[in-house]
Amino acid sequence: MLDISTWFNDLLAGNVIFTADTLGYYWEGLVTTTQLVFLSLIAGLILAVPLAIMRSSKHKWISLPVYLYTYVFRGTPLLIQLYIIYYGVVFIDGIQESFLWPVLREAFYPALIAFTLNTAAYTTEIFRGAIKSTAQGEIEAARAYGMSQNLMMRRIILPSAFRRALPAYGNEVIFMLHASAIASVVTLMDLTGAARFVYARYYAPFEAFLFVAAIYLCLTFAILFFFRYLEKKLLAHLRPQDA
Amino acid sequence: MIDLQGYGPRLIEGAGVTVQLAVLSLILAIILGLLTASAKMSRNWFLRRTATVYTTLIRGVPDLVLMMLLFFGGQIGVNAISDMLYYSYDIDLYINFNAFAAGVLTIGFIFGAYMGETFRGAFMAVDNGQIEAGKAYGMSSSLVFRRIRFPQMMRHALPGLSNNWMVLLKTTALVSVIGLTDMVRVAAEASRATHEPFTFLLPVAVAYLLIASVSEWIFARLQKHYDIGFGGQ
Repeated sequence: MLDISTWFNDLLAGNVIFTADTLGYYWEGLVTTTQLVFLSLIAGLILAVPLAIMRSSKHKWISLPVYLYTYVFRGTPLLIQLYIIYYGVVFIDGIQESFLWPVLREAFYPALIAFTLNTAAYTTEIFRGAIKSTAQGEIEAARAYGMSQNLMMRRIILPSAFRRALPAYGNEVIFMLHASAIASVVTLMDLTGAARFVYARYYAPFEAFLFVAAIYLCLTFAILFFFRYLEKKLLAHLRPQDA
Repeated sequence: MIDLQGYGPRLIEGAGVTVQLAVLSLILAIILGLLTASAKMSRNWFLRRTATVYTTLIRGVPDLVLMMLLFFGGQIGVNAISDMLYYSYDIDLYINFNAFAAGVLTIGFIFGAYMGETFRGAFMAVDNGQIEAGKAYGMSSSLVFRRIRFPQMMRHALPGLSNNWMVLLKTTALVSVIGLTDMVRVAAEASRATHEPFTFLLPVAVAYLLIASVSEWIFARLQKHYDIGFGGQ
């Protein structure tokens, strides 16, 4: 038993990544990244559904503000959005006295807000495309059944639009995972932040960044396979039939 | 007008850096993309494999991580090479690993992978009969590429190309993190120094929108040019 442990110690001596300390940093980074990405995606999704419905409205005064929002958030770098919210939140009048301050003072929440608004903008456009491409026949059929606009949205348009949006939404999830790396810029210890810390501490850029790149690669593949599985399940009716 | 508190000239310089960086990376990305697309369609097994590994790896890792790997690792790598040259061949060469070059290389390298996919699809969309007709006229394969494949491919590639360009433009903001003074870095520094984040960050956001709108117009013109002979669409 002792032999194995000395052998193991020898093996690990001299490398900076596979030590309990550094793996601990990476683990914490993984937790932060996952929380950030997961929470912002959920919140973004919740925001995007009503926004996409508004965006596909026939009334200009409903669709135009949403269009402006998506145009601005898709047209500017996420880093700028993050800076504006991170540095700007202090300057909202009375924020420092309000009950929200202890929460907003942490870097995590400004980052979460920036990511949420960004992904909501992209998701809105994805959903809008899917809603627009609803087959005209389905809408006519729904009308012929005497469905109201609301009922038609709920029962006919949205369910099929969600399915059609799935492949594009999968890309957005991966994009969000990669974009979350900039959280490290505002002092958050996400995966990239952990890699920067390990790099600075041991001056080992190749080890630190290649290891974190491998983690991101695994996460990307996990998301990819999850969405492939979902597509297989939910879009089964669109696949060519086996003879 | 907004009071930029003396940061105006530096902001404009920063905008220049952003545009230069974006255009140079775009050129590198297009060259790499064409190479990748050709490798993916080649009959050589090894080339195909290499291109697939390249595009998969690049698209699976965040841009910022790749950038930091190249930027922080690059200087060490370059030093190792110049040390080797000094000790083995007595050549005294100090290469300063420049942040701008690192930025162009990483962004070009990343978007080369995306461009590769765009170009591959576009090349496959060119009717094979066109290429055969070129050969029947006795054109060499490079002439076929220049006169027939490339101009017709561009028509299909332009929408994807313009998409990639928009994403690339926004990605250039990341170089501010590794120490390049593009307009984002100037604005961030100015906001920290003056405690007026909106004064500096909002104009920069508008500048990005402006560059995006101008390039949208250019791409529309290009599309019109490459659509000639295809009857509208």
